[in-house]
Amino acid sequence: MKNLNDLEKKINSELTTKINKTEIKHSQLYIEIDKDDLIDVILFIKTNKDTKFKQLIDITVADYPEQTRRFKLVYLFLSHEFNQRIILSYFINENEVISSLTSIYPAANWMEREVFDMYGVNFKDHPDLRRILTDYGFEGHPLRKDFPLTGHTEVRYSENKKKVINEPVKLEQNFRNFDYESPWEGTKYIKEQTEKNDKKN
Amino acid sequence: MTKKIKNLNLNFGPQHPAAHGVLRLILELDGEVVEKADPHIGLLHRGTEKLIENKTYMQAVPYFDRLDYVAPMNQEHAFALAIEKILNIEVPHRAQFIRVMFCEIGRILSHILNVTTQALDVGALTPSLWGFEERETLMTFYERASGSRLHANYFRAGGVHQDLPAGLENDIAKFCDNFPKIINDLENLLTDNRIFKQRNVDIGIVTKQDALDYSFSGVMIRGSGIPWDLRKSQPYDCYNQLEFKIPVGKNGDCYDRYLCRIEEMKESVSIIKQCLTKMEKGPIKTFDGKISPPSKKEIKQSMEALIHHFKLFTEGYRVPKDEIYTAVEAPKGEFGVYLISDGSSKPYKCKIRAPGFSHLQSMDYLIKGHMLADVPAVLGSLDIVFGEVDR
Repeated sequence: MKNLNDLEKKINSELTTKINKTEIKHSQLYIEIDKDDLIDVILFIKTNKDTKFKQLIDITVADYPEQTRRFKLVYLFLSHEFNQRIILSYFINENEVISSLTSIYPAANWMEREVFDMYGVNFKDHPDLRRILTDYGFEGHPLRKDFPLTGHTEVRYSENKKKVINEPVKLEQNFRNFDYESPWEGTKYIKEQTEKNDKKN
Repeated sequence: MTKKIKNLNLNFGPQHPAAHGVLRLILELDGEVVEKADPHIGLLHRGTEKLIENKTYMQAVPYFDRLDYVAPMNQEHAFALAIEKILNIEVPHRAQFIRVMFCEIGRILSHILNVTTQALDVGALTPSLWGFEERETLMTFYERASGSRLHANYFRAGGVHQDLPAGLENDIAKFCDNFPKIINDLENLLTDNRIFKQRNVDIGIVTKQDALDYSFSGVMIRGSGIPWDLRKSQPYDCYNQLEFKIPVGKNGDCYDRYLCRIEEMKESVSIIKQCLTKMEKGPIKTFDGKISPPSKKEIKQSMEALIHHFKLFTEGYRVPKDEIYTAVEAPKGEFGVYLISDGSSKPYKCKIRAPGFSHLQSMDYLIKGHMLADVPAVLGSLDIVFGEVDR
């Protein structure tokens, strides 16, 4: 499909019930689906002759701890033939296991490992689901919103034990997160915005 | 009598000069043939994405310099573009040309480093000595514009931090006249060099299909014959006003990727020259006082400017709720920023898509069946920098 609008129509008409919502923004197509339809939708957009999204650019997660379906999984695709991008997303609960894309896109291997490492999302049928970026023996999932910025442990070389050891973090000063949002009574529109933000934080 | 032969496990890195940083590569060897390669990364993981979530948009820029630290401004560019698209702001003409010019300087910086160290890995010392001298010159251009040789922190949403100092444009033009000669010298040393060719031709071949499957981008995908460059296909800033060619390889081996990089440097020089001629005097950042800070002169005279200055450097500017992916053609490939903003002055989420991450992932597939001595050659041609792989 040469045109994003045509692509949107095509995807909506071919996959009908599997698509929850589509939107075109910033010349990219945003698609929301359900977790169970993931493989079907992806096989369609990869193999169909009018879409040809042959490259998986990245997989990532956005964490919304206050929601019941906490994690928003985001897949970015690129079609070289039609020069288009799709951003595919769906929400899952904390303990849900999702299908791995490694058999469809080999590049998904490390991307899923990173998602597992950073957010603790589990993938079914992944050939090698290990931590990737954090240290050997690391505990917790650092990019979750409830993981503190300073972390839980710090590492140092112990002269007594002659090896590198992990210890609970000791800080001379806590991380100072100033609340800059309207310290004075401002105009009304700013106040409204602040209230909205408070709910999210 | 039969002897039992066991495969040997070899630990390559993390402190190995040919590992190009802190890569721990666990190789399973059958004699001298590599059976399996398992890269262990993350030794340089600094939690950049987590840190960015806790900083305002302006404070987040320096983290991008520390990703691919051989071409810092290219990363900043992706982040600046993402914010600009959400805020829907126009970037002044001059600022666009300055940014593109420095991105191309970054591309030359990165390609010199890669080409010469790759040569070093396979046994040639001289190219790195010649190349690094030029890198030093380029880094002084960085320093004169931004105040820093490496960690520039120069691009802003809506333009650049400050205008170019007097004389810099002339010196860059002079460099552009001299540099093609240096590229020729490098080519004289390497392109037809028998040893260099023996070590690189037909090594680490990537087919078109595999380049797509493994999410390759940049030189890695062009080396395999797919003409794909974001500067052409999805032009950003002023790239659509410039003329340049996209060199494409044929065989997808290490040697073709080397040739692509050499040709790209020549194209970059031409882009820089075009930028210099097309650049006109004018503003270098958006006039929107809610986004770009006022000048020192204004602060001294205007109360409003003073308030803007205070608010911008404490709270920062707010970015409306949105979600966006923007990518730029960094020297190593597609560098993307997936940004979720929530209306506050800090990003809710900022995922960094580093090209090196997907390239390094394919190490196992690329090196299987090659000799141990080919590991540095393949690794060199992947163009890995651990700042961006580990983030």
